[in-house]
Amino acid sequence: MWILRINMTDRSYRLEDVPEAYKYLGGRGLTSTIVHDEVPPLCHPLGPNNKLVFAPGIVTGTTAPTSARISAGGKSPLTGGIKESNAGTAWPQDLAAMHIKAIVVEGQPKEKGKWWMAHLTWDGSKPKVEFLPADEYAGKDLYEVYPKLFERFGEKVNIAGCGVAGEFGYGNAGIVYNDMARRPSRYSGRGGLGSVMASKGLKFIVTDRTGAPGVQYADQALFDEGRKKLIDALRTHDITKPKGGLNTYGTAVLINILNEAGGLPTRNFSSGRFEGAPKIAGEAIFEGNKQRLGKELYNHACSPGCIIQCSNTWHKPDGTEHTSCVEYESDWALGANCGIDSLDDIAEMVRLCNAYGLDTIETGTTLAVAMEAGIIPFGDGKKAIELVHEMGKGTPLGRILGAGTATAGRVLGVTRVPVVKGQSMPAYEPRAVKGIGITYATTPMGADHTAGYTIAPEILSVGGKADPLSPEGKAALSRAFQATTAFIDSSGHCLFIAFAILDIPSGMEGFVQECNGVLGTKWTVDDVPKIGAEILRKERAFNEAAGFTKAHDRVPEFMKYEPLPPHNQVFDVPDEALDSVFGEL
Amino acid sequence: MRLTVKLFATLDKFRPDAAGGKPFELQVHDGATVQEVINMLGLPDDVVRVVFVNGRARPRDWTLSDGDELGIFPPIGGG
Ligand code: SF4
Repeated sequence: MWILRINMTDRSYRLEDVPEAYKYLGGRGLTSTIVHDEVPPLCHPLGPNNKLVFAPGIVTGTTAPTSARISAGGKSPLTGGIKESNAGTAWPQDLAAMHIKAIVVEGQPKEKGKWWMAHLTWDGSKPKVEFLPADEYAGKDLYEVYPKLFERFGEKVNIAGCGVAGEFGYGNAGIVYNDMARRPSRYSGRGGLGSVMASKGLKFIVTDRTGAPGVQYADQALFDEGRKKLIDALRTHDITKPKGGLNTYGTAVLINILNEAGGLPTRNFSSGRFEGAPKIAGEAIFEGNKQRLGKELYNHACSPGCIIQCSNTWHKPDGTEHTSCVEYESDWALGANCGIDSLDDIAEMVRLCNAYGLDTIETGTTLAVAMEAGIIPFGDGKKAIELVHEMGKGTPLGRILGAGTATAGRVLGVTRVPVVKGQSMPAYEPRAVKGIGITYATTPMGADHTAGYTIAPEILSVGGKADPLSPEGKAALSRAFQATTAFIDSSGHCLFIAFAILDIPSGMEGFVQECNGVLGTKWTVDDVPKIGAEILRKERAFNEAAGFTKAHDRVPEFMKYEPLPPHNQVFDVPDEALDSVFGEL
Repeated sequence: MRLTVKLFATLDKFRPDAAGGKPFELQVHDGATVQEVINMLGLPDDVVRVVFVNGRARPRDWTLSDGDELGIFPPIGGG
């Protein structure tokens, strides 16, 4: 196994043996460790000393179900802290097949305004990198560029890249990977890592695994045993099974339940209920597609080997595809949070975010802040679409919005700005779901639901039951979820396996056995949160060295004095409880 | 007493006319519980995961009042 170092100062590369200390790490555990060990915490995120690290998960590239996940890491230009942003795509399977445990992109070209791509192939016995000019692909719509790259390098390659949002250096710029239909639609969206990639003059990493040996197993029989248990769990659980909740309605099935619970942030976090929710919910997407296509359409896998298959498409009135994927966070951010109830308008904005390389969550929350400032009215889908175009074109207003929700809020004089550590909150209201507010406040990532998804017990009654309005016991709940998640994000599995393995113990066991089968470790289920906690400590240490204190582990002030309808609650979690999340880790 | 009921996601197969959470009214006896409503609607016990009453998740033995709004969900997830 190798660490592949790509130096963009002189466009050279080096293969290094994996150090002993990194042997059992993968995914987020590895990106966060390398960032912690190598990136100067006070460096400018877009300067020469930041690094962009990619790591496939531990079982990525194997036949483990739902495991084609990539972690991208670095110092975030949005938060100024450590970032890990996770996506599902075939791209990391290529890296794993070529025995690449991580790619570390370093340095910066002296010459500004020139663009490069790295073509990564298998050279008989080891990986090889070729640097090619990419100027002809800069400044362009990624729906135009990705097909050209596939035409040039062949249909079997996979691509990681950045769009114009990255070229402009936006705090809101994702890294874009292809899905199975070669759409530029799978994102390490959060935290601006697309701009870190672009700051290195690197537009794309194109991978081709032809001839590569594939993943080696320390104990294949153990791996197979674990794999079987996990597949059984995923195939039987109502949420993850074929034609179950995720496969039928996609993640946007959550719109109605959060709305019922009064926790669907609406019109820039001013209410927990949106009257237009039924029109944009997963059920409406399923019905709308059925009407427009004349048949039922179930969802597809974002990446090879996923058996949950939650990724959807939305179709135009004439039945042609509009975009993929209208998932819950995007649907909410560009819909309910902007007061927009038209799926066609939401889909158009999702398409534009993919085209420009923008994170849909940060985009929707920024548009809502602009609406609050009176730039455009709430609910005006057409004007919202125009603003996304401004971001893509890099007009002065577009650049302010592209900087992210926190910066836009400051420039536009808005007090209701839903961010923590500079990153905007996703689709769950902290005042109506206290545990997720604790996760937003304390995770080293900035406001991020995936970091500790207490929504499972608080709203969905998965993995236990907890009253969302009560702060009692929620610090411990968030801590436990954050630790387990850090491990799942390292395993290479999509976080959505959690719904099944939290409810089905043999699934959890199988999941750990798979990892042991690949690495030769002897981990038990009890080790999962311990290993996760180690990762969290490193992330936290990086942030502390970058200047973060307890004062940064707080939700915005307005949530403490503005009661949120319909439950008319404020965020009443005491500061001591927030501090105990890491204090008692 | 009268209740307003909404059924979501895969529960539409038990009441196709109320698919996608379309609200409908239900007449029940005074003091009816959540469980009794589930039985009246013919929803198998194991397909119901969460029942909201006026925006709060409530247990099966919860006693309902006139005018209550119920949102009933099968197991769902996302993120
Ligand atoms: S569950 Fe959904 S997001 Fe996760 S890997 Fe499968 S299709 Fe992708």
